[in-house]
Amino acid sequence: MSEIVSKHTVSVLVDNEPGVLARVIGLISGRGYNIDSLTVAEVDAEKHISRITIVAPGTEQTVNKMISQLQRIVPVKRAANVTFEKQGIEREMALVKIVSTGEKRVESMRLSDVFRARVIDTTHDSFVFELNGSPRKIDAFIDLMKPLGLSEVSRTGVVAIARGTEKM
Amino acid sequence: MVNIQMTGAQMVLKAFEDHQVDTIFGYPGGAVLPIYDELAKERDTNQPIRHYLVRHEQGASHSAEGYARSSGKVGVMLVTSGPGVTNAVTGLTDAMMDSIPIVCISGQVPTHLIGTDAFQECDAVGITRPCTKHNWLVKDINDLSRILHEAFYVASSGRPGPVLVDIPKDIQFQTGTYIGPETVKHKSYRPKLKANIDQIDDALKLIADAEKPIFYTGGGVINSGNAAVQLLREFVRLTGFPITSTLQGLGAYPGDDSQFIGMLGMHGTYEANMAMNECDLMINIGARFDDRITGKIDEFSPNSKKIHIDIDPSSINKIVKVDVPLIGDVAHVLEDSIKLWKSKVYKINKSPLKEWWKTIDKWKEKDSLKYASDKNIIKPQHAIQRLYELTKDKDVFVTTEVGQHQMWAAQYYKFSKPNRWITSGGLGTMGFGLPAAIGAQVAHPDKLVIDIAGEASILMCIQEMSTAIQHKLPVKIFIINNQYMGMVRQWQELLHDKRYSHSYTDALPDFVKLAEAYGAKGIRVQKPNELDKAINEMIEYDGPVIFDCVVEQNENVFPMIPSGKAHNEMLLGDETVKEEISDEGKVLV
Repeated sequence: MSEIVSKHTVSVLVDNEPGVLARVIGLISGRGYNIDSLTVAEVDAEKHISRITIVAPGTEQTVNKMISQLQRIVPVKRAANVTFEKQGIEREMALVKIVSTGEKRVESMRLSDVFRARVIDTTHDSFVFELNGSPRKIDAFIDLMKPLGLSEVSRTGVVAIARGTEKM
Repeated sequence: MVNIQMTGAQMVLKAFEDHQVDTIFGYPGGAVLPIYDELAKERDTNQPIRHYLVRHEQGASHSAEGYARSSGKVGVMLVTSGPGVTNAVTGLTDAMMDSIPIVCISGQVPTHLIGTDAFQECDAVGITRPCTKHNWLVKDINDLSRILHEAFYVASSGRPGPVLVDIPKDIQFQTGTYIGPETVKHKSYRPKLKANIDQIDDALKLIADAEKPIFYTGGGVINSGNAAVQLLREFVRLTGFPITSTLQGLGAYPGDDSQFIGMLGMHGTYEANMAMNECDLMINIGARFDDRITGKIDEFSPNSKKIHIDIDPSSINKIVKVDVPLIGDVAHVLEDSIKLWKSKVYKINKSPLKEWWKTIDKWKEKDSLKYASDKNIIKPQHAIQRLYELTKDKDVFVTTEVGQHQMWAAQYYKFSKPNRWITSGGLGTMGFGLPAAIGAQVAHPDKLVIDIAGEASILMCIQEMSTAIQHKLPVKIFIINNQYMGMVRQWQELLHDKRYSHSYTDALPDFVKLAEAYGAKGIRVQKPNELDKAINEMIEYDGPVIFDCVVEQNENVFPMIPSGKAHNEMLLGDETVKEEISDEGKVLV
């Protein structure tokens, strides 16, 4: 098994009941794993099922262990590794605030166009861009904005789903 | 179908009735008064619930464990909010580690006070989340009956474990609809009981081809129930393979049978550990490759194929990578295995097996459990051996505390039936034995129940003597008294150059007087030749006994695999302790 530490995206389907997020997070921290990002929302309002997406660094083996530990939690229905490299699709949204004037302001506007970011708020000295894409694309955009007056960033964390006909 | 109106407190008792609970261990307090009130009202009915009043909630939790471990039923406890819950945490964690089904009902401050730091408020579900299999805070009276039924289901199915239901006091008073258990089904929790039949066949092929096989069985066999125990015995006899057991698994296979080669692990027999090290096929049934068992993990049984039967998928490949995982209940998997073995007419590889037994018999000749006997002072091993010899014809339930006496009990007391050996393995909880013995005695009122204890451990829950007296539970406490926290002293001797830091207990109580103060019988023995008579006196006494067996202070538990060493690097006795234990080993516990 691979000993390389990389980022893994784990999707967890849970019964949406009180404390379920605390159980998932508590298990992950209690067993010494780290979390890079975490998203959670109800995905089936009738059956009260929520989907939690966790991005965690680790070797394939440690992430597999984490997944089987997660499956021990009573309200966890399923847990699976849906990392991009494993035929998964990952998306993230970010809100990026730029505070600048003159040439820098124009340049940030021009680059946002390249990244297909939308302006959702503006003043004479600022923009707030909304940007969707893979985490890497968002990283790249933020890097480019740093010299152009980057002021603040808010990211949703990764959501992921399997490609094709496959279902969790 | 029962759909009737009643109060929350009544629902708790109704759920007990519906789940055949006739015994609970508890301690009253402000936040559970409505439930206790119902218990009082119920006292005059035909079949009142027997409530055993403990002296500390830790006692309630271990008593519930002793009851569950000795009977195979769910143990039930009732505690109040705040300190009631925090005191129960040790027992819940203990049950979690050893997979024991416990339902803990706790009172909580009324819902409108939750989160206000009210008197005796604590975040019970938050505190117990990591030490229960699942827990619930009930916020609506109409959820209560469903949650209670789910609690019993979750505690006892799959890999068993403790659960907690936290019920605010206002919910206990409110009236709502009680739904019967037959209509309640958990939304999603359905543990898999039967293993994949192709994988079973893969396992059987390995078994048929094996030249140096060994069965390595654990508490999972006992948790699976009597059918599993019978099937295990059948399968082991069918194959003629050697079998070893973990601490928790003792009794699943008869300890005095010729195929049983003793317990394995840190203080297991030489032959069991050597066989684990050199086998070519390991059949793990309901054990979990615990660190006390494996020793140094990279040198653990290097040349074997491994089959692992476990109901908990997260146990598979957690510590040791296995070749054939069989996820399912031990009884179901063994039943299918035996059927398939017979229908496919698999045969054992007989001549290599004969050679393998010869090798094992050679290892046996080392007689790793031998010790130097003494005429003037009682050796602890001798005390337990005599206790075994004098009680083996009875159906005895043995509990222990934690430490040297626990290991000696595991080594020298042989169990021929499951559920007779009740010890805190995973968590290693000192103070476990006496309340556990009380629980076992409650489940088996006419049987002999002995807590093999150490003088340090027993003091951790000694208050439960009062419980034993009140409820007329004739438990026998057999204290191996060496005045030291023996296992701590042993490690300090071997690992810390004999610096006995705070492991000697000065000012121990006079255990005979202590027994008498509680209204029990006290017996003290200091000479080997007085031992048998005193043990018989203890057995014959109708009531609780504290037996103070004064033993050699410096005796160590051998054999021993030191921390960070492999199975084939065992220490067999004091004379073999030469090599320094590495710093890496010292870090381990």
